[in-house]
Amino acid sequence: MVWTNAVVQGLLLGGLYALFSVGLSLMFGVMRFVNLAHGDFSVLAAYAAYVLVEHAGGTPLWTFAAVIPLAAAVGFVLQRFILDRALAAGDLSPLLVTFGLSIVIQSALQQGFGANNLSLFLGPLSYQSWKITNTLYLGRLEVIVFVVAVALISGLQLFLARTQPGRLLRATADNPRAAALSGVNPRRVRALATAIALATVAIGGLFLAMRTSFTPTSGSNDLIFAFEAVIIGGLGSLWGTLLGGLILGVAQTVGSQINPADGVLAGHLVFLAVLAYRPQGILSQRSLA
Amino acid sequence: MSVLEAPARTAATVNRYSRISLGALWSGVAVAALLVVAPAFIGESSINQLTQFFSFLILAIGWNVLAGYGGMVSIGQQAYLGVASYAVLYLSLHGVLSWWAAPIAIAFCGVLSIPISYLAFRLRGSFFAIGTWVIAEVCLLVVAQIESLGGGAGASLNDLNRFSPHTAGDVTYWVGLAIVIASLVSVALLLRSRVGLALMSIRDDELAAEATGVNVTRIKRIAYVLSATICAGAGVLLILSNLEVQPNSSFSVQYSAFMIFMVLVGGMGTFEGPIIGAIVFYALQQWLAANGAWYLIILGAVAIAVTLWLPRGVWGTVDPHNRRSLVPLRHRVTVASHLESEE
Amino acid sequence: MTMLRLEGVTANYGHLRALEEMSLSLDEGEILAVLGANGAGKSTLLSLISGELKPSNGKVFFNEVDITHLDPYRRVRQGIALVPEGRHLFASLTVEENLLVGGSTRRAGSWSLDAVYELFPFIKERRRSRGGQLSGGEQQAVAIGRALMSNPALLLLDEVSLGLAPVIVRDLYVGLRAVANEGTTLLVVEQDLTEALGVANQVLCLLDGRVVLTGSPQTLSQSQMMNAYFGDGERARTPGDR
Repeated sequence: MVWTNAVVQGLLLGGLYALFSVGLSLMFGVMRFVNLAHGDFSVLAAYAAYVLVEHAGGTPLWTFAAVIPLAAAVGFVLQRFILDRALAAGDLSPLLVTFGLSIVIQSALQQGFGANNLSLFLGPLSYQSWKITNTLYLGRLEVIVFVVAVALISGLQLFLARTQPGRLLRATADNPRAAALSGVNPRRVRALATAIALATVAIGGLFLAMRTSFTPTSGSNDLIFAFEAVIIGGLGSLWGTLLGGLILGVAQTVGSQINPADGVLAGHLVFLAVLAYRPQGILSQRSLA
Repeated sequence: MSVLEAPARTAATVNRYSRISLGALWSGVAVAALLVVAPAFIGESSINQLTQFFSFLILAIGWNVLAGYGGMVSIGQQAYLGVASYAVLYLSLHGVLSWWAAPIAIAFCGVLSIPISYLAFRLRGSFFAIGTWVIAEVCLLVVAQIESLGGGAGASLNDLNRFSPHTAGDVTYWVGLAIVIASLVSVALLLRSRVGLALMSIRDDELAAEATGVNVTRIKRIAYVLSATICAGAGVLLILSNLEVQPNSSFSVQYSAFMIFMVLVGGMGTFEGPIIGAIVFYALQQWLAANGAWYLIILGAVAIAVTLWLPRGVWGTVDPHNRRSLVPLRHRVTVASHLESEE
Repeated sequence: MTMLRLEGVTANYGHLRALEEMSLSLDEGEILAVLGANGAGKSTLLSLISGELKPSNGKVFFNEVDITHLDPYRRVRQGIALVPEGRHLFASLTVEENLLVGGSTRRAGSWSLDAVYELFPFIKERRRSRGGQLSGGEQQAVAIGRALMSNPALLLLDEVSLGLAPVIVRDLYVGLRAVANEGTTLLVVEQDLTEALGVANQVLCLLDGRVVLTGSPQTLSQSQMMNAYFGDGERARTPGDR
């Protein structure tokens, strides 16, 4: 049935969206602001991979090994040298600085690469699929992306719950003052949060670039989808964010099924509905106010 | 001298005007008068440039109300820009002359912003910012579906074609000037009113403001609606001067980038800031116009630098305690006391 | 050995002068109770020692090392731990996780999870409860335990008794006495005199940001302390009088 297909595709897409949101969630939890350039860093990763493939050749899959650590390093530096300063400069400053960053990144990419649609082509893997039924096909790449995304989110959840650095992140999110008084270095914790955020969003960006295409301005949509997934699922748990991503993905694919141009709009409408009727999100007990 | 002394009678006068602000008021009237008669003295292309400048100035004023005085960063005010433009188009297609359609479109946006504010206010801080952007995107996508207004390809405004470009340019210019003056006056009035005082107290410390009895949500809503209305004014001016609309450009988030730049550079939360910021922005735009994407890169970089190192902007650094404000916002109390005694 | 030394320290909150030219010294092994009414400057004093507030004048020395401008988290590594007023536990973390965060500096010493559970047995059975689900007394015990996990040489306690029933406060102070017996130097800030005086061997009274009385609880009289606590009228100040 064509609707089942749409729903399944939506779930697969949603896993990817969730990957974009976990970084957003994490940074907000620790630092109480959203990096408005979050999506642009994922696009930056895609362009970095593109350049690497152009120069070194081969399948884009190996770029993960190069781009992810680089993204984490960029996140670390970004926090230490720019965002920490923005946090100290005022309440609205982090928002304004990251918005400025978003513009700079998008314009610089535009200047460097032009406005064309680019893609990371994986060869046969891009279009192979598994046949489930006569009407239901699962793209191999889509399934792999979904599995990796869920695995990463689970891994991150375990990291937060079971390791000492994870504990320090959660403690700082709960009460930054008490954390510092317990000997936790606040700068290092913040830099770790941003490094993780940028690394996960880079993974998401690479996968998205392999699944579809990207342009200098795709980052804006990536940010919006990540944000919508967080709101729909609710703040406070990564599983909520995963659920939010899944719901958003399904809303978009089902919307596309109704009218090809309406997929994104359908997602927005679901987001607005959740905002209107259950603003704290589906899984969360906490409110955002 | 009797044992009982008459009680001291104190007369306290509250003065709300300072010399600077009175001077500024008269200068402002003079400037406005000059601008009104300008079309008689300067050429068509200069008038059109002034009109463009006005639209940016209006945007800066509108964003400053929300963020500078209200403390709410929105990156979605372009929603009202686009809706206002399209409202003018719609009315003109139904027989209303565009210039008369302008105030109707502005009023429509003001009214529209009220229910939208209920949605947007479910969110705060960073989430509010992105939420306003999503709302703007929804407006973009919905408008792009309306084929009678041009759909995704856009449309042009044709009903001014019966006038000569020179005349149309002049009238549009005057409409723009009127909107600028109305925006400045409405902001000044707001700030001098109790609502304005409440608004700034919320910006400074929301919890404390609530504790003194301020209805925080209502005041914020007023700021939001005023901001939306002013931004709608810019939208109206944009379609009147560009004579065309297109969803991706009329609702472009780039306008938010411009608004933020102007207000940051000029000085957030000051009356003079948006004016200075708009001048700087317009000058930059002229200077860098040939350089395409570099213009935006520089804009973004300057915005970052200003936020980190000059957070009060130009005017905020020049006048950090708001003593030289061109708009009289302070209450200056002078006390005279008389002591009478009976012999 | 002098462990803590403040020299002519002046501290401001904006335009408000909170501490005026304060000097004090604390030797290793001492238990100092700092008393005074609200606004006397007690919490400010602790903020200066913990590093959350930097003085506008004067210096702070810890083991003869100048720590005046050292960040709070670095002072923990030096051996100063503050149990803040209001407990401030990590609400979404369990008791055990709260303690483990306290141990993040890995300073050498005898305090460990087991040692803390031995000190306050009633929190051991709550080890898997979240910080936000505990009662006031349990939270206070966990807060103290969390600070102990960093093996501090100097333990600062801000208003331990605040909002707690006397019987619970008594239990907590029994624990604090045990901590002191292990050799930890304590600086206890309290509004409630009884327990603080019971454990301290030195007393400091603050009024309007100045030291007005020092001595040991044994040698100071009740009326002396009352006067110091409330001021003796002639010291009443009008705004701008400093």
